[in-house]
Amino acid sequence: MIELKDINVTFTQKKQTIDAVKEVNLSVDKGDVYGIVGFSGAGKSTLVRTINLLQPPTTGEVFVGKKPLQLLSPSELREERKKIGMIFQHFNLMNTLTIHENVAFPLKGSALSKAEKKQKVTELLELVGLSDKSKAYPSQLSGGQKQRVAIARALANDPKVLLCDEATSALDPQTTLSILKLLKELNQKLSLTIVLITHEMQVVKEICNKVAVMENGRIVEKGNIVDIFSKPQSPVTQNFINTATHIDQALETILSHKSVVHIGPQDFLAKITYLGDTTSEPLVAHLYSQFHITTNILSGNIEILQDTPIGNLIVTFSGEQENLAQALAYLEEKQIQVTPITKDITN
Amino acid sequence: MQQFFDTYLPHVAPLKEEFITSTWQTLYMVGVTALIAGILGILLGVILLVTDKNGIMANPFIFHILDKFVNIFRSIPFIIMMAMIVSFTRWVVGTSIGTTAAIVPLVVGTTPFFARQIQNALVEVDPGVIEAAQAMGTSPLGIIFRVYLKEGLAGIIRAASITIVNLIGLTAMAGAIGGGGLGNLAIARGYNRFFNDITLVATLIILAMVFISQFIGNLLIKKVSH
Ligand SMILES: Nc1ncnc2c1ncn2[C@@H]1O[C@H](COP(=O)(O)OP(=O)(O)OP(=O)(O)O)[C@@H](O)[C@H]1O
Ligand SMILES: [Mg+2]
Repeated sequence: MIELKDINVTFTQKKQTIDAVKEVNLSVDKGDVYGIVGFSGAGKSTLVRTINLLQPPTTGEVFVGKKPLQLLSPSELREERKKIGMIFQHFNLMNTLTIHENVAFPLKGSALSKAEKKQKVTELLELVGLSDKSKAYPSQLSGGQKQRVAIARALANDPKVLLCDEATSALDPQTTLSILKLLKELNQKLSLTIVLITHEMQVVKEICNKVAVMENGRIVEKGNIVDIFSKPQSPVTQNFINTATHIDQALETILSHKSVVHIGPQDFLAKITYLGDTTSEPLVAHLYSQFHITTNILSGNIEILQDTPIGNLIVTFSGEQENLAQALAYLEEKQIQVTPITKDITN
Repeated sequence: MQQFFDTYLPHVAPLKEEFITSTWQTLYMVGVTALIAGILGILLGVILLVTDKNGIMANPFIFHILDKFVNIFRSIPFIIMMAMIVSFTRWVVGTSIGTTAAIVPLVVGTTPFFARQIQNALVEVDPGVIEAAQAMGTSPLGIIFRVYLKEGLAGIIRAASITIVNLIGLTAMAGAIGGGGLGNLAIARGYNRFFNDITLVATLIILAMVFISQFIGNLLIKKVSH
């Protein structure tokens, strides 16, 4: 549905050049909810804006639905943009128009009759759950409601693709969830392809099936979210995931209350990640009976991503050194990831 | 009432007719200039806005020419400009003297000022909204008419209100080339003959015009803001 090939975006300011996006290749399939995560300044917004050519790439090619957008004339591009909805962090509604008029804005020049347009807007407002607000002005709505209006407006021309640039970053956690839920519904009901930019892995975890992680303009890691969450390769990705799964937080608590959790100097502190139906209890029993390793679970959680459970535990192993080595080999064989936590636990 | 006039404003009552004519002349100059300069100023202001380097139709060549033009014309003192463009005025209206002739320099003096005000007002329109409109496939003209001029309406009215107050001031100077109006009355009858009461009343009428236009401006701004 969306193909980005060797995209580079370079800004020149005075004598300084900034490579905001470097050698990005990305392909988004129909029906995907593709997350793009990265810290501030990673180049996410710049990248997503190349998809509808709001930001023409310095080099590289952009295809949406097989069409090479850069080869279109300005008016053809405008027609194509009507099929690519976009929503923003700050909603970007027109303050002087009512909610109904805002949603009707992109319908100007469409083939629909006046009555059909009115009908369309009414349906869209119903879809996003704001039928009662059609005569209100944006200033009278909450942030979550404004984003719903923006979504309705983005859907007015029945787009195939919806681009979301930090669409939930200005919203509280609960409102964020409700907007994500709406996006997920739209993805399923209208088989809408969604590209979603965020700096929160939490958001990705909630609705994406694929994710790309950006750092300094490059995509450092991308793929199916179960793979990325269970076997993150790059440090940035691990960092994002540890935040999203609250591992960081748990670890901090543990390390600041060492006496309470009884971590001995000889103990091996690690994070264990397992996928699917493996559960921790038989595992703990097995490690003890087979290798005489005592496992102490300090913290744990289970995420369900795309119907696949992913478990994350923070544990200490204690026992003889060589037994421990055997136990770790056993875990590896079972496809259970063990990441040693190297933070100094003795001070 | 009669006594009040006789005591405090002895020279005003006999000039009642002249006061009325002068007021109409001022209103005429302000009205016609506002109309012409209003249209030209919005046009020029919008062109400056969209051709600027981050504008929706960025064009450094056009921008720099118009930008310089506006700066130069804004810098020339009005009274000198009237003298400078006198042959242009004669070419446009056939004469260089009188109320109608005064409108030419007034338009030339007001348009660049208003254009700059419009440009500054419209730059304030949230760039995010412009970006959203572009993302929705709105054409540049669509963005000008449906977004800038609509979202920036309160700013435009504010600019117009400031410009009209400024313009009322300029009409007083236009009296110097026989433009008539309240400014001329205050100078010719009041100042030159030491009839301070005439100057005072002319000033009060001008102040009333200023306050009324500001009042209407604020009222309209309130009406278009949500
Ligand atoms: N129009 C521009 N001109 C010059 N530099 C720009 C421009 N737009 C973006 N940049 C630069 O490109 C880099 C990437 O910016 P971008 O907005 O894409 O980051 P981001 O990942 O979206 O960050 P955030 O999470 O803060 O929105 C930054 O260094 C930024 O300063
Ligand atoms: Mg951004």
